Amino acid sequence: MPPREGTYGILAEFDTPSDLVRAAQQARLDGWRRMDCYTPYPVEEAAEAIGFHRNKVPLVTLVGGLMGLAAMFSLETWISVLAYPLNIAGRPTYSWPAFIIPAYEWTILWAGLSAAFGMLALNGLPSLYHPLFNAPNFRNGASTDKFFLCLEALDPKFDLIETRAYLATLSPVSVVEVEY
Amino acid sequence: MATTDLKPKNPKDPHRVAGLDPLTGEYRVIAPGQTFKSITVKIAGIVLTPNTPLGWFALFSVGGAGATMLLTAVTWLFLKGTGIWAVTQPVAWGFAIINFVWWIGIGHAGTLISAILLLFKQGWRNSINRFAEAMTIFAVVCAGMFPLIHVGRPWLGYWLLPYPSTMNVWPQFRSPLLWDVFAVSTYATISVVFWYIGMIPDFATFRDRAENKFAQYFYGMLALGWRGSTRHWMRYETASLLLSGLATPLVLSVHTVISFDFAVAILPGWHTTIFPPYFVAGAIYSGFAMVLTLAIPLRKFYHLEGLVTDRHIDNMGKVMLATGFIVCYGYAMEAFMAWYSASHWEAFMFWNRAFGPMGWSYWVLVTCNLAIPLTTLWSRKLRTSIPFMFFISIVVNTGMWFERFVIVVTSLYRDFLPSSWGTYRATKWDYMIYVGTLGLFTALFLLFVRFLPMIPMNEIRTMLPGAKITPKIAPAQPAEAGD
Repeated sequence: MPPREGTYGILAEFDTPSDLVRAAQQARLDGWRRMDCYTPYPVEEAAEAIGFHRNKVPLVTLVGGLMGLAAMFSLETWISVLAYPLNIAGRPTYSWPAFIIPAYEWTILWAGLSAAFGMLALNGLPSLYHPLFNAPNFRNGASTDKFFLCLEALDPKFDLIETRAYLATLSPVSVVEVEY
Repeated sequence: MATTDLKPKNPKDPHRVAGLDPLTGEYRVIAPGQTFKSITVKIAGIVLTPNTPLGWFALFSVGGAGATMLLTAVTWLFLKGTGIWAVTQPVAWGFAIINFVWWIGIGHAGTLISAILLLFKQGWRNSINRFAEAMTIFAVVCAGMFPLIHVGRPWLGYWLLPYPSTMNVWPQFRSPLLWDVFAVSTYATISVVFWYIGMIPDFATFRDRAENKFAQYFYGMLALGWRGSTRHWMRYETASLLLSGLATPLVLSVHTVISFDFAVAILPGWHTTIFPPYFVAGAIYSGFAMVLTLAIPLRKFYHLEGLVTDRHIDNMGKVMLATGFIVCYGYAMEAFMAWYSASHWEAFMFWNRAFGPMGWSYWVLVTCNLAIPLTTLWSRKLRTSIPFMFFISIVVNTGMWFERFVIVVTSLYRDFLPSSWGTYRATKWDYMIYVGTLGLFTALFLLFVRFLPMIPMNEIRTMLPGAKITPKIAPAQPAEAGD
């Protein structure tokens, strides 16, 4: 768990996504790792710039979907063959072609729920509090038209004075300190 | 077809030039001069204002009256049973099934716009996808009600689910009616999840822009603490893409399963292999008509012509033209198979459908679904004429309702044995429930427009010129880390 007092990081504000991406790329080249960008819409180049390339959402979705498939198909088989065998117009109790349809629907159901809730869980959401919301300019623009780069205090290169000066060299609109 | 292929035939026409982008010579998807700020202010302003337009209240009272009528009719239905409907032998399926299929079909265009067009990278969908998704959910709400109230004892509706009961009875998985339970419940769940996930970043915008304390808490809860982190956005984008990839086969399977309700039966007129694709195309056809019915007044009322442009109306007209022809092929195949199968019963069913005592319904269907739209939607002038497209949307919605009426009723009312022939005349309760669902749909949709973001701000932002990264930045060093 990160510390709950002191400084979370230093936040630089930019006017355009291009400025943000350039700054983030420069920071990464200069050896920063504990950092993140905050944008009002997805900016793929920013993710590239901070070195975030893969995520686990597809894996979670695949596992969820396969579980749904297995769960429904075995439930149908167990019900129709063992628990409650019914003779419907002489069809075999193990009528697998008919079982495909509910199993298919459940594959999609579980995969979709896994994608949605897996994404939220990997993102650590819901979490209604985050130190960034303390920054005076963050709520004003982060969800409208401003672009932010945050260098976090957990990075070994972090220093309250030097980092602030360093961010100022990346030509931001403003630089503010974010507290817990 | 890529949407960039749209170039006007006559670039001199002044009416056309206004909608053109001078850089590319194509029709604009969004009007010029929009910025991140302007679209945010515009869309958030519709919701985050204490002033509700009077027109909203007027429409809501109409919708609310319809919903109240539905409640009344359903209450009477629960007290008296399905005998108050016109369903009896030989027409044992009536308005409930017609409305069920019609509403589900309307819902499908929402999923098509949000999922399939996303996979095909059709950027123009962004302005209309959110309210098309909302339309899906409210249509599924209306649709899902019908099978439940049709079971006669709806308080026992949970018997449809496989659960360990003390009676030791389990559902029968070879029946299409049980497949429906899984298809429709999955469809409803995934649509709601997709819709909600799509709205989270917009809720965050509302939370940050709201001035009133209650609105800040309300949208703050709904936003789940979204802060626009790049890592979050990338997982979010992956999840949205996966949900679209999953919703696409889902939407196709749902109407396929619904068509199995008919096609798996051995009744002439129902027992047809063309049903699954023909039902899916019909669903999309009627769904796009409903999107137009909703979009045209909305853009006028809330002055959204800059975001839902003539290009959208034009493209939707094209989708309707294409799906209309698939539907037309379906009708032609039904007629052809009635002859080619050399089955006496099939041939009689078809003759009776078109020329029997209820043949008028078949000709209403042909007029509304084929004769009017498929001859006029070819013209770009008509496709970009707003009053005409509104008219067409109503015509197609009517036609598609009659399609389900024709399939359900005219296949049943004169079956194999002339002594059991009958007719079908809907009772006032049938009409009240049908009109009532229209009211419920309107009321729900108006609540959505008032309280939720009806145009996805985060997706519109990606389409603005300001979102372009310039100059092109070389990729950083090789990957080290992901999750």
